[in-house]
Amino acid sequence: MIEKKYHSIVIGGGAAGLSAAYEISKSGFSVALIEREESLGGILMQCIHNGFGLQEYKEELTGPEYAERAIAKMAGSGVEIITSTTVSDLIDENGTKTAHCYSAVHGALKLGADTIVLAMGCRERNRGNIGTAGTRPAGIFTAGSAQRLINIEGFIPGKRVVIIGSGDIGLIMARRMTWVGAKVLAVVEILPYASGLTRNITQCLNDFNIPLYTSHIVSRIYGHDRVEKVDITPLVDGAPQDEDTFSIECDTILLSVGLIPENELSCKIGVEINQDTKGPYVHSNYMTNVKGVFACGNVLHVHDIVDFVTEEARRCAVNVVDYLRRKILPTEFRIQPGANVIYLVPNHYVPGEEINLYLRTFIVKNNAQLIVETSDKVVLEKKLLHVRPSEMIKVRIGEKDLARLSADEFKDLKVSIV
Amino acid sequence: MKDPKKIICISCPIGCELTVGYENDQLSVSGNKCARGKSYGQEEYLEPKRIVTAVVKTNSATLTYIPIKTDQPLKKEYINDLLNHLYQLEVKVPITLNQCLLKNFNNTGVNIVFTRSLEA
Amino acid sequence: MAETLFDLAIIGAGVTGSSIAYQLSAYDTKVVVLEKMEDISFGVTKANSGIIHAGFHHKPDSLKAHLEIQGNLMYDELKQTLDFPFKRVGILVAAFNYEEMKMVEKLYHQGVENNVPRIEIVSRERILDLEPKLSQDVVGGLYAPTGGIIEPYRFVFALMESALKNGVELRRNFMVSQCKQKDGVFTILSADNQAVRARRVVNAAGLYSDEVSRIFKAEEFQIIPRKGEEYLLERNASGFPRHVIFPVPVKNSKGVLVIPTVEGTMMIGPTAEEIDDKEDFSTTRDNLERVFTLAMKMVPMISKKEIITSFAGLRPAMKGNDFLIKISDKTPHFIQAAAIQSPGLTAAPAIGLYVLDLLKQDGMELVKKIDHDPKLEKKPMIREFDFSDADKLISDDRRYGNIVCRCENVSEAEIIEAIKNGHHTLDGIKFYTRAGMGRCQGGFCAYKIIKILMRETGKSAYQLTKRGGNSFLLSHQLGEGKVDTPS
Repeated sequence: MIEKKYHSIVIGGGAAGLSAAYEISKSGFSVALIEREESLGGILMQCIHNGFGLQEYKEELTGPEYAERAIAKMAGSGVEIITSTTVSDLIDENGTKTAHCYSAVHGALKLGADTIVLAMGCRERNRGNIGTAGTRPAGIFTAGSAQRLINIEGFIPGKRVVIIGSGDIGLIMARRMTWVGAKVLAVVEILPYASGLTRNITQCLNDFNIPLYTSHIVSRIYGHDRVEKVDITPLVDGAPQDEDTFSIECDTILLSVGLIPENELSCKIGVEINQDTKGPYVHSNYMTNVKGVFACGNVLHVHDIVDFVTEEARRCAVNVVDYLRRKILPTEFRIQPGANVIYLVPNHYVPGEEINLYLRTFIVKNNAQLIVETSDKVVLEKKLLHVRPSEMIKVRIGEKDLARLSADEFKDLKVSIV
Repeated sequence: MKDPKKIICISCPIGCELTVGYENDQLSVSGNKCARGKSYGQEEYLEPKRIVTAVVKTNSATLTYIPIKTDQPLKKEYINDLLNHLYQLEVKVPITLNQCLLKNFNNTGVNIVFTRSLEA
Repeated sequence: MAETLFDLAIIGAGVTGSSIAYQLSAYDTKVVVLEKMEDISFGVTKANSGIIHAGFHHKPDSLKAHLEIQGNLMYDELKQTLDFPFKRVGILVAAFNYEEMKMVEKLYHQGVENNVPRIEIVSRERILDLEPKLSQDVVGGLYAPTGGIIEPYRFVFALMESALKNGVELRRNFMVSQCKQKDGVFTILSADNQAVRARRVVNAAGLYSDEVSRIFKAEEFQIIPRKGEEYLLERNASGFPRHVIFPVPVKNSKGVLVIPTVEGTMMIGPTAEEIDDKEDFSTTRDNLERVFTLAMKMVPMISKKEIITSFAGLRPAMKGNDFLIKISDKTPHFIQAAAIQSPGLTAAPAIGLYVLDLLKQDGMELVKKIDHDPKLEKKPMIREFDFSDADKLISDDRRYGNIVCRCENVSEAEIIEAIKNGHHTLDGIKFYTRAGMGRCQGGFCAYKIIKILMRETGKSAYQLTKRGGNSFLLSHQLGEGKVDTPS
């Protein structure tokens, strides 16, 4: 059995893992990057559409191009890349972490490290998760799995398609299905507005006259062997209007109904999960409740764009390096969600150090206001042009903002959107 | 404004709602927040174009399809022709990122380039 | 060339047909099993709750009660021989008021009369001690430690593998549609005109046993499908109990149960609804709500957010509600094993023996094989391996190191083993290996399994199905057909 030791093990070779591993190795620490697939890049490799990299590279790239730039940095970085390898267990013994891995190439591997960076990404919610009634025929796919089948294998799942959910992957797949010759008959969204970006509604639906039914649900799936038909029911104030149900004949259903961070492995080493994000609770330095175990990217919380993942992973890596050097933890205070906030990341801050906050809100509003406050003092107020649940809000609370608090005033912060 | 059209800008994720039409024989754009919005609005009004991405069959044993893109937006009316042409091709490895697959497609000035490298 | 003349044809490869085939495989006799679907256990059996009942639900004078008790006791030895997932976790019946406690007493006495081992009436304290996740409103109940849980399809796969190993033949995709009987020989024709000849026939056709009986001009009866919807919850579900929890039963139905599955997921259901259509496997939103309401009354921690999938199964019920297992009065050498609804899975091993007896009574010559070897070798599963032993396993066969299904930890070698054993559909592989049965429901692994299936069977992607018939997974290859988008 192969046994090795590193300063850090990064789990997952997608955008987050690539960025974190590179940054840690730059500081001279030994890093192993473990990826279950044969090649690096993660889900980016099947996202062949453009729209990536505007923040990170100031130009518009496709998913594979974005990945290839990150992978290119690995050459000569000193990161040990271990592909075709699945981590099956994580163990923490007196501060030393061990990853148990299986690989068809390397056999069983026992890898030890001082720190672990969780960067496993997320999975798609599926039909069972949304409890759609009806039969269980062939022809029901999550949007991402259909994307993989088409863009990597050239397998076309079906010819007449109904898409449930208007998340960006669903919208992108509406265009992809059309561009490979299938007919997309409807996109059905339970919310009163589309979940995806406006530009994707325009270029993926409107360009092809694909109808978007907001405040509608697919209420029933028909078909014995293969999907034959769906019922679509409008909602008024959340209540299904059964008498207004109509049907669409189709052979394929794609689901784009949300993503869930993949934290089953994190739980094995005792990482506590925030039920609002389904990702770990993290300190301001991206460390979970388990000392030396960090998390970044979509395993922490689901991001809207990959550029933010890369950026977050880089910031996480800086903290991993800091931890490897100092091994001490600064005093911290909590940051808690206030009015209208679904969740925020990170959940703690260090007095005097800037905070890069990611959050999502329950409300849809123009000219909203973000308020950061302690129980008796407002630290920051910021105007936001437009907020909605599907768009992640990114706020930097700088040292200057925090300077408003005198040393004895540092205490738990609350963040609200009104 | 003469012949006004509402157009959603796709230049960036903000998605501004533009109004485009003729004012005194001059094509005018309002609702944009930046210069890219103005030129997008004008182009979309006169001659809509899109970046097209797709995959092409390879002779590789490890990856049967490889992604490509147009190196600049292509006039919408050419998209079907391009896709139908691409789907009939089989390309040979090795392939490098940004390598050109097709030059000046249908005399549009648009090139088709690979967006992934693939070793032989 | 003359077709083989079989001594016995068993129609249906569910748990009943497979149990009969397994018993027969110990004898020197030619047996064929005819299954209308692409894979075995795909009918009534696969959508079963997977409970091995203790035997207190049915009246002592019924055939059901007799075979249920006998069947239950056979499972330990079967597990030793065939290695399938089975655990005696025990069954609890939870009562929530005095009236229900009176019913519990009745069940207790019925159980004692049926000789259910170690059955006891339990107080509120004892039942909460046994099952801390039960609602605090519980007033007491019944405890039957011999009740258990099983993966029904994997039991059937094991029975059939052992039977096949010992000379039984299996014909998949053989839908019995006609029969001629001449000179003591049945000639059975399939819908696509294959023929099988046999001296005797057992009707274990589940939902369609009434139609098969008609085809053989035997007894007239009607199978009434009684639909049950089930909801599967993820691993580590908050409501995961230690025992199978039953409510106090109402007429014809054991009620909605809370079930810890052998593999660590959790199931709640089933509903019980008589329907007309034998192919109606749909679930409804109303029943989802109903099942959760009933289950949460017993175990309040159950959460809808933890659903990973739902499904519906049909019980082949008949008027009178007992099994119909007998030599036909109308057609000679035709044996009925019909209307095997709950507790059919529990009773199945005993049904196998019972039918064996009927065949002897019918004059079938049954001589034990000298070289009969029912034992199945334990197949390695990476998820069950100790990490320290896994290195050797992977060194011997590298494909054990390739984890195909990340949610349930299933390796490529296990998928190939399933394919070698004749499971060529996505559902067949799922039931055999658990690949695709976890939280992502195949989102990450389906394409990998498709590619392994293509490589191992030589089939194209477009011949592959979810569960046979026309359940094709994919439509066509990129580039077939023209793209004509509006511009």
